[in-house]
Amino acid sequence: MQAVPTRPWEKEKSVRRRSTATLLLGALISCAIVLFTGFAGPDGWAVVLFTLAAVFTFVKGRKLQAKERKNAKAHLFILAAAIVAFTPWISIFISVAFKGIKGVRLNFFTSDMRTTTPDDFMNMGGAAHAIIGSFIMVLIATVITLPLGILSGVYVTEVRGRFSGVVRFVIQSMSGVPSIVAGLFVYTTFVDASGTFSALAGSFALGILMLPTVARTSEEVLKLVPDDLRSAGYALGARQWRSTLMIVLPTVRSGLITAGILGVARVIGETAPLLLTALSNTSFVFNPIKGPIGSLPMYIFGMLQIGTENSINRAWTGSFVLLLLVFGLFSLARFIAGKDKR
Amino acid sequence: MEKVDTSVRSEQEGIPMTDTTSNTAVLDTEFAGLETRDAHAWFGNHHALAGVSLQFPARSVTGLIGPSGCGKSTFLRLLNRMHEFIPGAAMAGEVRLHGQDIYAREVDAAAIRLKIGMVFQKPNPFPAMTIRENVLSGLKLAHIKVDDDEALMEKCLTRAGLWKEVKDRLNASGGSLSGGQQQRLCIARSLAVEPEVLLMDEPCSALDPGSTLRIEETIKELAEKITVVIVTHNMQQASRVSDYCAFFLTDGGPGYLVEADKTRKMFTNPNDSRTADYVQGKFG
Repeated sequence: MQAVPTRPWEKEKSVRRRSTATLLLGALISCAIVLFTGFAGPDGWAVVLFTLAAVFTFVKGRKLQAKERKNAKAHLFILAAAIVAFTPWISIFISVAFKGIKGVRLNFFTSDMRTTTPDDFMNMGGAAHAIIGSFIMVLIATVITLPLGILSGVYVTEVRGRFSGVVRFVIQSMSGVPSIVAGLFVYTTFVDASGTFSALAGSFALGILMLPTVARTSEEVLKLVPDDLRSAGYALGARQWRSTLMIVLPTVRSGLITAGILGVARVIGETAPLLLTALSNTSFVFNPIKGPIGSLPMYIFGMLQIGTENSINRAWTGSFVLLLLVFGLFSLARFIAGKDKR
Repeated sequence: MEKVDTSVRSEQEGIPMTDTTSNTAVLDTEFAGLETRDAHAWFGNHHALAGVSLQFPARSVTGLIGPSGCGKSTFLRLLNRMHEFIPGAAMAGEVRLHGQDIYAREVDAAAIRLKIGMVFQKPNPFPAMTIRENVLSGLKLAHIKVDDDEALMEKCLTRAGLWKEVKDRLNASGGSLSGGQQQRLCIARSLAVEPEVLLMDEPCSALDPGSTLRIEETIKELAEKITVVIVTHNMQQASRVSDYCAFFLTDGGPGYLVEADKTRKMFTNPNDSRTADYVQGKFG
């Protein structure tokens, strides 16, 4: 007789299907209640869902044994915690998406605002200059910061030099620097000296904010490398830098890429440091050394300040694109980090 | 009996033991060029090993035996300067390779480790490298150029008894092999830089009996060309693979060398009664 693979430790399919169906039905009912009665506003469905679940658990609980009732109550608490955690997140994303999606047209990704006033219709002008500006600044910041961050991680975990403690302390306190202070610092040291706002200045300010994230993440992943591998390298006659370069760093390659992506995601939405260093621009700028340059956060900020209907719509679309970029980057980081867990 | 008390005495007197003759085991064969003279080791304030003087016969297997905590592994790591990677570690005495003290100030530790290779207790192939890259990693790490690295790789894998099993998947990750295969890969990796001496720190303790057997065969074949020093907890293994044995012991203080001799003599008619007790399994 052919053996059939079963999983006796899992719940039966029918049971799982039924509980999923119950949850979906509850979500539908709560959405309907919110839609038709206007109770509690757009986020009220979560509250209604929880109330429904509580009532359902209570009603069903009377038919269950004590142990099962306890389990049902625990499930209820977990549902509540999940709702509390996810509601703001989903709510932000949905409202930004709803308000921003109107402006997601081709011209938003291809045109700048040089010949368009912010109040013009959404089929004119765009944020391409801002997207490119953000890209240039984040790229330069990454090119500067990633090697520095990885090197400081290597210094703390591999070299374990005399100043390891100092380096770690400085990096930790750097992560607490308010972003506007980073902008001010670059303004007084670089913008003032060079006499012009520039993408380079913006990149420096972003780099100051990015460095602690990259360095801390690198340090954490480097700590995960087993000492066995270092010993093996040394036993083969390797010098320290050679063993670090050929064994330790390649072993955590994906972790280091993740460190870089997390750093990028950390700074891509920063506005305050750019205010004092890169400023903003309405047209395409490709020269990173000279002149103010646009960026997505500054685009959003500028459009909101103008405050007409279409400019605010432009700001929402900018926010939506920025949010997608950040989500995309974080998902990429998780994907790359997950690939290594063989 | 009085032979072994020297280390204890030196500990009590608090002065480094300079009289090495009483604790020296000179194994009367062709000399490998590797010897220790009155070697001590510390971890912080803990005196782990005292006054070991030992010579390793060429092209043979020397087994280091003794109960846990008697300093065998410490002694082994002292032989290729891996001891110094442990924070707080200190040493005294000399370890000589061809008459040159490897702990002399002007000696380059990395160059020494190239000549005295090591295989660890736990298999540790480099996870980011393929099987091929793992075998050849030592060359890259130490900037050694060879004309035909494919031939060298095949030779090393063959000597480690792994070639037949992996020749069709040389580009697979080293981590995809079984534990025993990984350990043989690590042996092949150590052989690629052509060491004069290979140190093995309980290389089979994490492996199944089948893999252990394969590795023991490999060790015997290796000893035709190079000198092998192996730490083992397993008396049967020591009697199977080693030509010479050195017995270490501790009385609660630092570990010391009790005696060293041909394996057959150590197992049948040792000079020291404690050696007899240990190899017969009366303690340890």
